[in-house]
Amino acid sequence: MLSRTADNLYWIARYMERADIAARLLEVGSRITLMPSTHGYRNEWDSLLQSSGTANGFSHKYGDPVQRNLESWLFFDRDNPSSVASCITAARENGRIVRTALTSQVWDALNTAFQELRQLERTPRSELELSRLTEWVMRHTAMVRGAIDATLLRNDGYNFLNIGYYLERGDNTARMLDVKYYVLLPRIEFVGSGLDNYQWTTLLRAMGAHRAFHWAYGGEVTAAKIADFLILNPQSPRSLITCLSGVNNHLTRLAKAYGRTMPAQGKATAMLNELETTNVEAIFDEGLHEFLSRFIRDSAELGTAIHESYLSGDLR
Amino acid sequence: MTTYFNEMYDNGAVRAPYARLEDWMRHMPAELRQMKQAEAETLFRRIGITFAVYGEGGDPDRLIPFDMFPRVFTAPEWTRLERGIKQRARALNMFLADVYGRGEIVKAGRIPARLVYENEAYEKAVVGFVPPKGVYSHIVGIDLVRTGPDEFFVLEDNCRTPSGVSYMLENREIMMRMFPDLFRENRIQPVDSYSERLRRTLASVAPAKCTGEPRVVLLTPGHFNSAYYEHSFLADLMGVELVEGQDLFVEGEFVWMRTTEGPKKVDVIYRRIDDAFIDPLCFRPDSMLGVPGLMDVYRSGGVAICSAPGAGVADDKAVYTFVPEMVRFYLGEEPILNNVPTWQCGKSDDLKYVLDNLPELVVKEVHGSGGYGMLVGPKSTKAEVEAFRLKILDDPDNYIAQPTLALSTTPTFVAEGIAPRHVDLRPYCLVGESIDLVPGALTRVALKDGSLVVNSSQGGGVKDTWVLAE
Repeated sequence: MLSRTADNLYWIARYMERADIAARLLEVGSRITLMPSTHGYRNEWDSLLQSSGTANGFSHKYGDPVQRNLESWLFFDRDNPSSVASCITAARENGRIVRTALTSQVWDALNTAFQELRQLERTPRSELELSRLTEWVMRHTAMVRGAIDATLLRNDGYNFLNIGYYLERGDNTARMLDVKYYVLLPRIEFVGSGLDNYQWTTLLRAMGAHRAFHWAYGGEVTAAKIADFLILNPQSPRSLITCLSGVNNHLTRLAKAYGRTMPAQGKATAMLNELETTNVEAIFDEGLHEFLSRFIRDSAELGTAIHESYLSGDLR
Repeated sequence: MTTYFNEMYDNGAVRAPYARLEDWMRHMPAELRQMKQAEAETLFRRIGITFAVYGEGGDPDRLIPFDMFPRVFTAPEWTRLERGIKQRARALNMFLADVYGRGEIVKAGRIPARLVYENEAYEKAVVGFVPPKGVYSHIVGIDLVRTGPDEFFVLEDNCRTPSGVSYMLENREIMMRMFPDLFRENRIQPVDSYSERLRRTLASVAPAKCTGEPRVVLLTPGHFNSAYYEHSFLADLMGVELVEGQDLFVEGEFVWMRTTEGPKKVDVIYRRIDDAFIDPLCFRPDSMLGVPGLMDVYRSGGVAICSAPGAGVADDKAVYTFVPEMVRFYLGEEPILNNVPTWQCGKSDDLKYVLDNLPELVVKEVHGSGGYGMLVGPKSTKAEVEAFRLKILDDPDNYIAQPTLALSTTPTFVAEGIAPRHVDLRPYCLVGESIDLVPGALTRVALKDGSLVVNSSQGGGVKDTWVLAE
């Protein structure tokens, strides 16, 4: 397929996943404000803004994290390239460009999200409950995802979409984990205190995974269990290993379909191998922050390799 | 008071093609109509048919209003139109082959040399080059108006890249979805083979160097273009890649497309960008839309470009006057479709007539389009007419004038119910190895009461256009 088309598909997936993440952050943030907390909720919002990578933009525009501004920033603000509105608009624009590579159901799902977003933007904010907004986002991201799974040919375009989804999701899991750990728990002794449990649960909730976690592990919430769940457990839908094996799987399919292996495959396989052979103790020995920083860097390099191998159009 | 031909009612009696629509119309209460209208709009929006209009700003996702009341032709009416359209499309292509070759028509004194060779659209870069199968204009859009049961006039020809065919196809889809009963009761000839016929037409003009199944692509200026929807729609229906200039490059004697598997050779380019932009090395050096080196490959027979660069010289409004002459000259036939009488303001006799009768005439810019920069005399105030008079005097060569035609009307849904509104017709004739026309066209309708301007940029809408089977 056209390299530019592959690029557009890849970005549709990344933007939709990013919109989903922004909505999850919002939901978690608003939950925290409902709870009594010795920290106050300012720290929480700070950490959420940091994991979305938009803390500077926010403070530049609004200053202090007031809930209403945060909601605007993460949902509606076009100055925030990672806001729900920016992501859905960008995903739909990418979709419009590659209409011919999408089924009408996928286009319909993307376009409906965009048309409804425009209605939401015209609705007075006082009439918009936050929970309604976040549910709305998750419904539409799921509809796009569902339309892709149900109707798209399993061709190279499908692979590029999935690579975009998994790469974005893995990167995000690593960032959320890193920010929570680094900002809130500078000292490992904190882990296991009552307060801290609540923080961890919040993190799981942001990943839509706190029930799944309890099913998988049971008992007390510990840092080791959480790290295992979000990094190494292949059952967890958002763990690093799940995301990487997703990327790897779809890259392998591309190599097979095209009869040609590119540097991107080597990079993904190496990253996956490492996760498959390590354990939580080794990760903590390296230092969780150090490990996650390395993952985020590797993940960005993988993104570059994919771009150079397939999306740039420079392949000869 | 001018009387206008109403395509449905003749002195109060329903004309044959509309017989079955009367019932349908009478049994449509206002609520149902509103519901259906809203449904149609939702369908259009969801499909994503929108049309941004150049220079208007505003909402890029604006819809062209869709009128649900179909416009109907009988088979005999259409047969005659079809012959006329194909005749004209053939003559226009023969004219192009001639003026980039020996120029017989000019030598014979049937058209002034100045109009051809000094025309802005005349491409010196392709003189002497014969495109594959000798075809220059592969999709000819001919704008027609009707003034009586058998009176049709050609308003203008579009030999470059006429747009709007996606509306012809989508209007039909939407009507079939909303009013399936109508399609059971009336025997309406389908139009959905258009995309397949277009693909076949394009493939039929693959260059000689192409061996095997030709790869066709559609070249668009990109998603900011107002007709992008149509480009992507047609590419999808034909099953060909929709490319931008940046997706193509020239290497060796061919044009290649950048893909995830490496370069793929391209044989036929259906381009929806203007001549000036297709190759920065040959035409406008600042163009980011085109493909550097494309024209060299084209001229050495490595790729076909549809429409051929230079085709625009045939659809210029000054050249238009001579199309009936082309039909006689090349085909030895009398034109089946007539031109609207046209005065060239560049000719002194004509100019005098135009200035003396300005309030009764329609005046257009020679290179204008989209209903911009024109004067509709009878619909203008005295001040507007006088202002336009100065513009004409300033640059007479730039204007042509035509009588105000009594455009036919068809019933149209309006706020108050149903009322007659003026319409025109644009069929899309395909020219490749053979000449082909689907039984259908785009009908544009002036939605404003009394308005004669059907352009979408000026408040025009569209209708489904039926051709009944025998």
